[in-house]
Amino acid sequence: MKASCWTGRNSVKVRDVPEPSILNSRDAIVKITSTAICGSDLHLLDGYVPTMQKGDIMGHEFMGEVVEVGPGIRNGKLRVGDRVVVPFPIACGACASCRAELYSCCENSNPNSGISEKLFGHPTAGIYGYSHLTGGFAGGQAEYARVVFADVNAFKIESDLSDEQVLFLSDILPTGYMGAELCDIQEGDVVAVWGAGPVGQFAMDSARVLGAEKVIAIDKETYRLDMAAAQGYATVDFEEVDVRSALLELTGGRGPDKCIDAVGMEATHGASHLDLYDRAKQAVRSETDRPHALRQAILSCRSGGVVSVIGVYGGLIDKFPAGAWMNRSLTLRTGQCHVQKYMKPLLGLIEQGSIDPTRVITHRLPLTEAATGYDMFKNKKDHCEKVVLKP
Amino acid sequence: MKTDTRFTSRLRHDPLVRGLGWTSALLGVPQVVAPADFARALGVDDTPRNRLATTAVGVRELAAAAGLLGRPHPAWLWGRVSGDLIDLASLTRALKNHDGRGLGRTVAATAAVSAITATDVYAAVTRTRGSAPMQLTATTTVTEPPDEVYGLWSDLERLPSFMAHLDEVRVTGPRTSRWRASAPFGKTVEWDAETTQQIPGRLIAWRSVDGADIDNSGEVRLEPAPGDRGTEIRVTLRYDLPGGALGKAAARYFGEEPHQQLDDDLRRFKQIAETGEVVRSEGAPGGKRARGEFPQHPARPLTEDELKEAAA
Repeated sequence: MKASCWTGRNSVKVRDVPEPSILNSRDAIVKITSTAICGSDLHLLDGYVPTMQKGDIMGHEFMGEVVEVGPGIRNGKLRVGDRVVVPFPIACGACASCRAELYSCCENSNPNSGISEKLFGHPTAGIYGYSHLTGGFAGGQAEYARVVFADVNAFKIESDLSDEQVLFLSDILPTGYMGAELCDIQEGDVVAVWGAGPVGQFAMDSARVLGAEKVIAIDKETYRLDMAAAQGYATVDFEEVDVRSALLELTGGRGPDKCIDAVGMEATHGASHLDLYDRAKQAVRSETDRPHALRQAILSCRSGGVVSVIGVYGGLIDKFPAGAWMNRSLTLRTGQCHVQKYMKPLLGLIEQGSIDPTRVITHRLPLTEAATGYDMFKNKKDHCEKVVLKP
Repeated sequence: MKTDTRFTSRLRHDPLVRGLGWTSALLGVPQVVAPADFARALGVDDTPRNRLATTAVGVRELAAAAGLLGRPHPAWLWGRVSGDLIDLASLTRALKNHDGRGLGRTVAATAAVSAITATDVYAAVTRTRGSAPMQLTATTTVTEPPDEVYGLWSDLERLPSFMAHLDEVRVTGPRTSRWRASAPFGKTVEWDAETTQQIPGRLIAWRSVDGADIDNSGEVRLEPAPGDRGTEIRVTLRYDLPGGALGKAAARYFGEEPHQQLDDDLRRFKQIAETGEVVRSEGAPGGKRARGEFPQHPARPLTEDELKEAAA
């Protein structure tokens, strides 16, 4: 079958690889009908997330039709022919973390948890196509994929919604939603979102659904800010203005009540000397992430507000504004999305029409053109916001 | 999960190791502080080259002193031996090119360094050779109640399904069993074990009987986790590693780090207890046969041959 494989730093190639097979009894094999390129795939593409191997299949946002189920899937929980969306974190459904609905912290699904334990202190869940640190699972940018603990990790779609309406339940929609939910939004809140990529856009939509009165998008790409403005959100271009001053101006000097960092480790900064400082530290490996957005969010947030982090960070950051965090009673909340927890309620919101996930799709390509998709998305060519691949 | 070993503490109280550490410190300080005087005391010329060499030797001595007195390990002793050999080589060269002034002192220094070398070799060999008793501990919590966990663990023949090194455990009697495990460098070790303590739902303890290739013992303690969270499992293994510290260092080089092994074993036990099987990924398809977590297979589906190998 064809699959999009990581073949080295900034290189993805579509290659012929063997078809997946059942390795554990609760596995299922899914014939993929739609898959997408995620912003966090870019951190793998350019090698910022360690432990990639040449030949790894990429992709953790995928859906399709079940073509085979393992003998451990009982009570007809999943059948051949079921149409399913697959959440990116692999959950066993049985450990303490899964029982607490902290699915992305699953204690059993990562066979390489020794590595993630060393980096993160405690192991984290396996993720499809997301380096060997998260288990070394083959990804879903392919014609077929193996779904692990499929009775817990394949979400059945029984209505006739299109692929494009439900595909993002696998990651970016719940991730954006969780970013807003962690903010504990109250009626009348002003919510600022760093990053107007797909996750940022969904964080904004979710903030509005959860009761925010005003939503502010922060980015430097005009087309992304226009996409947010079209939804009625205020915008701040960080290359044109000072973000903190602009946010104070927009909030009558208070600062946003809630701040969402939907950017993560590869943030760029309007002021080039600061950017240079973090890039230099990153280059010599004394800092793994560039936390510009996080620093700005903490410094801009109103006293007593919440900063929610859903942008991906991988290792260690430098110059964390602990003084602002502590002295101004800020709450910092974060997590890789516990996707399984949100799929059903979000499907409801899609069915009601409260959120339209298709609004972020700008490009549809055949799987064979995955490399072009990565290039457009990474380099923001042709106003690329979100790429859907069709095997 | 946390693991610990008491290996370094034994050397910390070893009088010979401490003596050598202090010797290093006493020699190192004057060499660094007054290299010219020290060189003259050895009967060699006070040239910039000799002063520099003396300072370098002094720095080396201080490093060895810090190592032997701070975090003692046989590697520091072997480091001293190699340093001695360099010193002897320099002194031999000094003797060969000697102009006669202070020759007696140089000869005496050479004799002293020879004696120190002999002591260092003795210390390094004796502190490396023989066996190194090692204790490993690891702990985890599983959501199952203690009785269930006890049932899984007391089924000894099932241990090889999650313990990477165990090839087979055969129950030979009510309290006895025969264990076969793979050891570094492709060797296999076998031993008979007896169950020394067994309290259902609480504790299983065992030890190898006389004549084992590796004398070992272990215990698994189970305790209900607070807040109705299942069972806390604490495993302790003690064994005399053949080849001592050198064997341990060599084994680690070949990817047999014992702490990590026990941690991984316990993780696989947790997977079995909570999900019923050991989780496999395309990058780590071997399940319990994965010795360490690298090198890995690329994360793409396996070919038929690779599948057969993974299933073997």
